[in-house]
Amino acid sequence: MDNWTFGFTMIIVGMGGTLVVLALFAVLMVLLKKIFPFKEEEAK
Amino acid sequence: MFNAIVDGLSGLGSGFINMHWSNPVMIALGGLLLYLGIKKDVEPLLLVPIGFGAILVNIPLAGLMDEGGFLRTIYNMGVANELFPLLIFIGIGAMTDFGPLLENPKIFLLGAAGQFGIFLTIGLALFFGFTKLDAVAIGVIGACDGPTAIYVTAKYAPHLLGAVSVAAYSYMSLVPIIQPPIMRLLTTEKERVISMETNTQPASKTAKIVFPIVITIVGGFIAPKGLPLLGTIMLGNLMRESGAVSRLAKASENEIANVVTLFLGISIGASMSGPLFLKPQTLLILAFGFFAICLDTACGVLFGKLMNAMTGGKINPLIGAAGISAYPMAARVVQKEGQKYNKFNFLLMHAVGANTGGQVGSVMAAAIMLSVLQGMGLIP
Repeated sequence: MDNWTFGFTMIIVGMGGTLVVLALFAVLMVLLKKIFPFKEEEAK
Repeated sequence: MFNAIVDGLSGLGSGFINMHWSNPVMIALGGLLLYLGIKKDVEPLLLVPIGFGAILVNIPLAGLMDEGGFLRTIYNMGVANELFPLLIFIGIGAMTDFGPLLENPKIFLLGAAGQFGIFLTIGLALFFGFTKLDAVAIGVIGACDGPTAIYVTAKYAPHLLGAVSVAAYSYMSLVPIIQPPIMRLLTTEKERVISMETNTQPASKTAKIVFPIVITIVGGFIAPKGLPLLGTIMLGNLMRESGAVSRLAKASENEIANVVTLFLGISIGASMSGPLFLKPQTLLILAFGFFAICLDTACGVLFGKLMNAMTGGKINPLIGAAGISAYPMAARVVQKEGQKYNKFNFLLMHAVGANTGGQVGSVMAAAIMLSVLQGMGLIP
């Protein structure tokens, strides 16, 4: 594989992959908060 | 007998006789690192052992990095097999509170944007003729995350370890100088004064405990090659949040992290032997590392502007600059910059959220990079 193809692949897959995975993590966090909601007793 | 005395004396001062021109330069560089660490308080925990290691390894004939030498033994014990960065990661996980991120999950995206510079720098390094794996090691300086940079470089481009590590830790400490001009350049005064809502819903203790487990499993299945990085940071965080093993969590963030930091620092210094370090290539690596961190900041701020536009002006784009992994420095820079333009603006908690997102982001970026390399057949 030549350097251009490699570099271009890393930029597209790397940037896109990181963004998609972290977006997925954000969705998982929203779900976690819904499944295990904060209760007022915890604040006390 | 006279000959024996002469032979015996010839061994004294042999270090001077066998000195390479680069050795005194590197000893001076080691001295500079010591000065920065001791007098200027620049990352002293790392720069002091790195600086001293650089001095030790540049004294000829001591054999400290020869097979069996004490620096080689430490290097083989934890850098060559990537153990030290992973142990540091357990400590980082134990120190990190992901609460602000859990309170406002959408700012996780800023942690992704803050890693874009890594990949753009890989392209640039390839353009300048570096090999593929060398380019990856150079790009990862942009993660602004010392252990990740050391992990990737020690594994795939060990000959660049000294330059990459020094660049990564130096630029991390220069974040308060590097970031503000870029933040000002890319934002308008109207954007900089935006106050962000603070009445987000806090995360429950259970959510905080389940978070590292879920992230490890999901992230591990997506990018298995980076699981050592993700798994260790999340293990540390699980120990912290569960509260069940507070002794282990405290040991991870104190005793273990301190001992490993000493060994890691001195091993990195030991990789800075003059003839290996003083090459034009090193200057290029330092320049690319700087470029990577500038790009990370720029991409984070620009993504912050995009989120600001998409949320109807609710996001202050400055917090995008905290999407890098330099924790908590980047968050403090954002708070300080925000208050310059609106002294009643408290961006710190939002910036800390983006900053912890950047920590996970840098680990995931490296994990994805390694998994892509594996997919391409470039690494086993």
